[in-house]
Amino acid sequence: MDVQVKETKELVMGKPNLEVFSATLQDLAAGDQDIIVVTSDSRGSGKLVPFGQKYPKQMVEVGIVEQNLVGVAAGLASAGKKVFAVSPACFLTARALEQIKNDVAYSDNPVKLIGISAGVSYGALGTTHHSLHDYAVCRAINNLMVVAPADNVETEQSIRLAAALDRPIYIRFGKKPMPFLHAEDQTFEFGKARMITDGKDLAIIGTGETVHPALLAAQQLEAQYGIKTSVVSMHTIKPLDTELLDKLSARGCPILTVEEHMVHGGLGEACASYLFQKGCTNKFRIMGIPDEYTVTGSQVEIFDHYGISAPGITSVALDLLDGNFRMVKK
Amino acid sequence: MTDRELQQKSVQLRKKLLKYIYQAKAGHTGGSLSCIDILNVLYNRVLNIDPDDFKNPDRDRYIQSKGHSVEALFVTLADRGFFPESDLETLCQYQSHYIGHPTKKVRGVEQNTGALGHGLPICVGESLAAKMDHKSHRIFTLLGDGELPEGSNWEAMLIAAHYKLDNLYAILDYNKQQITGSNQEVMNTEPIKDKVEAFGWSVKEVDGHDLKALEDVLNNGPFAEGKPNFIIAHTIKGKGISYMEGVLKWHHGVPNEELYAQAQKELDDLELAL
Repeated sequence: MDVQVKETKELVMGKPNLEVFSATLQDLAAGDQDIIVVTSDSRGSGKLVPFGQKYPKQMVEVGIVEQNLVGVAAGLASAGKKVFAVSPACFLTARALEQIKNDVAYSDNPVKLIGISAGVSYGALGTTHHSLHDYAVCRAINNLMVVAPADNVETEQSIRLAAALDRPIYIRFGKKPMPFLHAEDQTFEFGKARMITDGKDLAIIGTGETVHPALLAAQQLEAQYGIKTSVVSMHTIKPLDTELLDKLSARGCPILTVEEHMVHGGLGEACASYLFQKGCTNKFRIMGIPDEYTVTGSQVEIFDHYGISAPGITSVALDLLDGNFRMVKK
Repeated sequence: MTDRELQQKSVQLRKKLLKYIYQAKAGHTGGSLSCIDILNVLYNRVLNIDPDDFKNPDRDRYIQSKGHSVEALFVTLADRGFFPESDLETLCQYQSHYIGHPTKKVRGVEQNTGALGHGLPICVGESLAAKMDHKSHRIFTLLGDGELPEGSNWEAMLIAAHYKLDNLYAILDYNKQQITGSNQEVMNTEPIKDKVEAFGWSVKEVDGHDLKALEDVLNNGPFAEGKPNFIIAHTIKGKGISYMEGVLKWHHGVPNEELYAQAQKELDDLELAL
């Protein structure tokens, strides 16, 4: 269905989550010498140059050796350091996957694995630099939490909570500025999704940078069709907030998931696995990157190409609602 | 413990590890026998550890990279008092904590290992943390020669030299055989000494079955200030059992009843002769 979309509500634009991550780390390091950042020649792309200048003794550069980035981080964490291992998500969760599985998760060394420039953030640099497999592989590893914060608030809170967390975690985010999706004073905890809007006709569950287009679609659905949508930021993909899924499912409304990840093994399949094993009969659709090499383009162009956009999500939502709506205005 | 008692312990540990491999009908026999003297010296003469205070942050660390020789580690830890030796009756049995590789579920084990090329990078992290905290404890790992080609080992060597980690000791159990054949046939790593030195480490070679020589080398580091320490311990796969020494099939071969009895008799005789 071809849908014309106009933004109905201006969102306040924030910074790239990457910059918030870096600023939060500096703040944490100011009061805690045990905060250690390990980088694989990634301090520039990780916006960590100021951190390195300010806290040189708390930064360990290992060079371009992702396996050792994680192995060394595991050793530092085992010795009591609060270690953030930072590398582009594509390399971190592929090149170093065995170290993540064994040295971090299996050995229970509480490393904070930070996948930067995640998903298709690198745009036209192509498949080698995209991480569209990371939710799937990290979900399949025992004792590893998987988090994709949506906005600056969620990013800052994720980093603060991760610093104090005594178990392994993988956090990934992109590098483009993100709008504020909700008030700063909302509580944040891992495993507890955040309702951005609450509507009974439809639920759109996003994670990371797809929550924004989900919210824009929801605004349009209401403005044009009077459809009331719940937009959820499922920032923690593992463990899933099953309580909220139960609540949404009980409403009987269609459920649509949107992720910056291949449609296999990510947020959508995690939600589907839970819901359908519970016997839920809600209409359900997974939106993400299909099982193909992505089209060339910027992150936004790739999103648009695959419908991870306000018009794309709106179109799928209307299809799911199967005519159970009426046009309220053009 | 006298030097003679230490020598007797090496024989006793061999008897024990063979017993548990025989009972479990599984294990890495040849490699456990090649590294048991190194473990005996580490745990009884080198490592500053206390089984009653195992988590003391100032303890020396030992992380076994060649995790498959777990039987050698388990019998040494039991002998040192980390857990009752009778626990090993369950080795590799259904629901046992005592699996075929080192696991932290077993008291005294520092890290879960088994996949090759993982021990040294973790030790680099431990050594860096010790340097950051101005602590004087040492970090030891045992590498198998078969795992030496893993790229992660050479990455870790670069990092250790870059950060001048002279508190780090990597011991190579150089029995010169791996599952498919000799190192030379499978993947030639020689000249190891030259390569490791070129990576910025200080290297010493030692007879890996000479307890006194091992003790002298391991307790007299760093070999050069600011350089990580690499010890090439020349060993014999299957050491101590006549029919196993240097014979490839004992990499993970398990003796039958007759050969097991023969092995124990040879070790009994050896112990009596000491």
